[in-house]
Amino acid sequence: MGKGVAITGMGIISAIGNTVAENYLALIGEKKGISRIAWIDTIHKNEIMVGEINFSNAELESQLALDSNNNYSRTALLGAIAAKQAIAAAQITNIDTYKTGLISATSVGGMDMTERYFYEYLEEKSLQKYIDGHHAGDSSQKIAEQLGINHSLVTTISTACSSAANAIMFGARLIKAGKLDRVVVGGSDCLSKFTINGFKTLMILSDTYNTPFDENRKGLNLGEAAAFLVLESDAVVKAENKKVLAYVKGYGNANDAYHQTASSENGDGATLAMEKALKVAGLNPKDIDYVNAHGTATGNNDLSEGKALIRVFGENLPEFSSTKAYTGHTLAAAGAIEAVYSILALQHSVIYPNLNFKTQMKEFEITPQTTLKEKTLSAVLSNSLGFGGNCSTLIFTKEP
Amino acid sequence: MKRVFIQSVGSVSCQKTFDNSQFLDEIEIYEANVVPAIDPAYKDYIPPAAARRMAKGIKMGIVASKIALSDAGLDSVDAIITGTGMGCLVESEKFVSAIIDNKEEYLTPTSFIQSTHNTVGGQIALDLECKGYNFTYVHSSISFESALLDAQLQLAMEEAETILVGGVDELGAHTVKIHKLVHHIKAEMVSSARLLESNTEGAVFGEGANFFVLSNQKKEGAYAELLAVDILNTLDKEDLSQSMERFLATAELKVEDIDLLVMGNNGDVVFDTYYRELSDGLFSKIPQAYYKHLSGEFNTASSFGVWLASKILKFQQIPEDTKLNSITSSKLNRILLYNQYRGQNHSFVLLQKC
Repeated sequence: MGKGVAITGMGIISAIGNTVAENYLALIGEKKGISRIAWIDTIHKNEIMVGEINFSNAELESQLALDSNNNYSRTALLGAIAAKQAIAAAQITNIDTYKTGLISATSVGGMDMTERYFYEYLEEKSLQKYIDGHHAGDSSQKIAEQLGINHSLVTTISTACSSAANAIMFGARLIKAGKLDRVVVGGSDCLSKFTINGFKTLMILSDTYNTPFDENRKGLNLGEAAAFLVLESDAVVKAENKKVLAYVKGYGNANDAYHQTASSENGDGATLAMEKALKVAGLNPKDIDYVNAHGTATGNNDLSEGKALIRVFGENLPEFSSTKAYTGHTLAAAGAIEAVYSILALQHSVIYPNLNFKTQMKEFEITPQTTLKEKTLSAVLSNSLGFGGNCSTLIFTKEP
Repeated sequence: MKRVFIQSVGSVSCQKTFDNSQFLDEIEIYEANVVPAIDPAYKDYIPPAAARRMAKGIKMGIVASKIALSDAGLDSVDAIITGTGMGCLVESEKFVSAIIDNKEEYLTPTSFIQSTHNTVGGQIALDLECKGYNFTYVHSSISFESALLDAQLQLAMEEAETILVGGVDELGAHTVKIHKLVHHIKAEMVSSARLLESNTEGAVFGEGANFFVLSNQKKEGAYAELLAVDILNTLDKEDLSQSMERFLATAELKVEDIDLLVMGNNGDVVFDTYYRELSDGLFSKIPQAYYKHLSGEFNTASSFGVWLASKILKFQQIPEDTKLNSITSSKLNRILLYNQYRGQNHSFVLLQKC
């Protein structure tokens, strides 16, 4: 079976912290980042709760030292901050030493600016600079520019809530195929009226703290975040004597082919994705020590994913938890956020609690881990499931 | 590493490309700056009740993919990989304007659901009941090439045997309006027959869907072998020729091994200079062709270029209306494609007769 692809750096900004270290402290300190919305003026502000990053765009721009003529969307700002952290953590000082690409994920892209200036564009010339940012790839181009990636492969994946997991998957494939020596992979999504109202019309937004895998769950909290990993080939790791944080050992993507937005009741897609990832990793279900579940706290997801977990693991289901109660559902970024959390779990031998859980779901017997638990971990499985039936699984390991 | 073949094609475009027995026998000439795709008989492919609820991008995507599948004699594939710059743009515009116009009230989910970028890929999977790998790349003018590269790697590494790969984008009224404001769309109407003589800023926008079945087994009727794909986010004009030679060298080829260069000239006086760099320089003695006067410009227009090149290799004939120069070659074995949009997101694709 295939060898794992080395992860040598990571960066993150989310509602529970502006760095990897801050995120970890919040996770083990059981500190949620869920609150009422502050930065977006929406009529739903008293009916929803969100995982929001406590910086204005101006503050984020100044962190990146951008001039006032910049046309960065919030997605690009968050993405650039997280990606730069990842590069620094991987101790990369000259990006051009090796052939380096960027695979980023987003679903919102520059929609925050589009929805703000949709009609104003027609009148106000100074705002027209944001028109270039309409396409989803714009945020990736800006992240590449911030990292100094030129003449290289820079692309964007958008498969709804599994996007960043898929970016990691494609990045791993590019390294395995020898197409790139090094690739920055992850995702970024900011909060927007577009997604708030979209999920509102689907009636899957909770009016209080989200409660994954709870019988009385009321839906999800939207969140905003960005996270990136640096993947490097074995040759680079060896030549540079790199410290490896963990390995991308397995990956699988499958389609539920059931409904445009809902997951099949039996979790066909999620089952297939987990089975494929185990196969690529050359591991058996019993080798997985912790499952970081997608667990959005919608009625549909948690039922479907829970059934898939039972189908794949049977009696061998290890501790599982969803970290969405901390961060909210960060859509296209979620797979990268949870990749960082899975790697931290491996490094620190710890399983995070599934916060806010009270009542056992009646459809099955499995129960998430509800308290912080120390356990030596060698393999962590992370799920990301999205609209369009898109189901993805990543497996991270300590050893290659 | 296995070899990768383009087994079949399916196209919905601003030309009558949906009939695979023909090859641009009859060219539509437009006097326009925005050109919608010609509707195939959707009811032949999609039940009318379902079609009514579908965005044009979904319909074009489903029809193009069904044509490609039937051309390959397949019912399903191992994976579906889609490229789209903007997804179902009309529904996205509808949802944004409804949020603003109705101040976030009285909204329905239909537009939101279809606005997700992977809607076309998801709908094709639903239509084919295909539970395989399903990715959507959304990166401007290299959205399609990203999908192509992903498919090539999976087939070469034997992770799949047949993959449906395509590019799809639709026009949206508001997007057209604002792109006219910033001169990305030409201010004046242009005859498609004289697109490259326009000498003005901006392109003529179009739309369409071009899907292909790729396979690592060469079967009867295959169009071409996919030799190589490369994507570059940035590239200075001065470095273009050298990059191209490096790309050819990875396939152990030289400029003189290329029988036709197919380029993405869109008539934008500012950015067509990239193409001129090659046509007047490195490739000045090589036959050249272009296609955006037939397809219009859109984020995945280069998928029409790959459609054109595949047909040329299979039919062994270059349509008169696509020729950029009068140089002829005694053989038609290898085609090199080059595309970029507004000086960014460059792609090289190399195809070979099979």
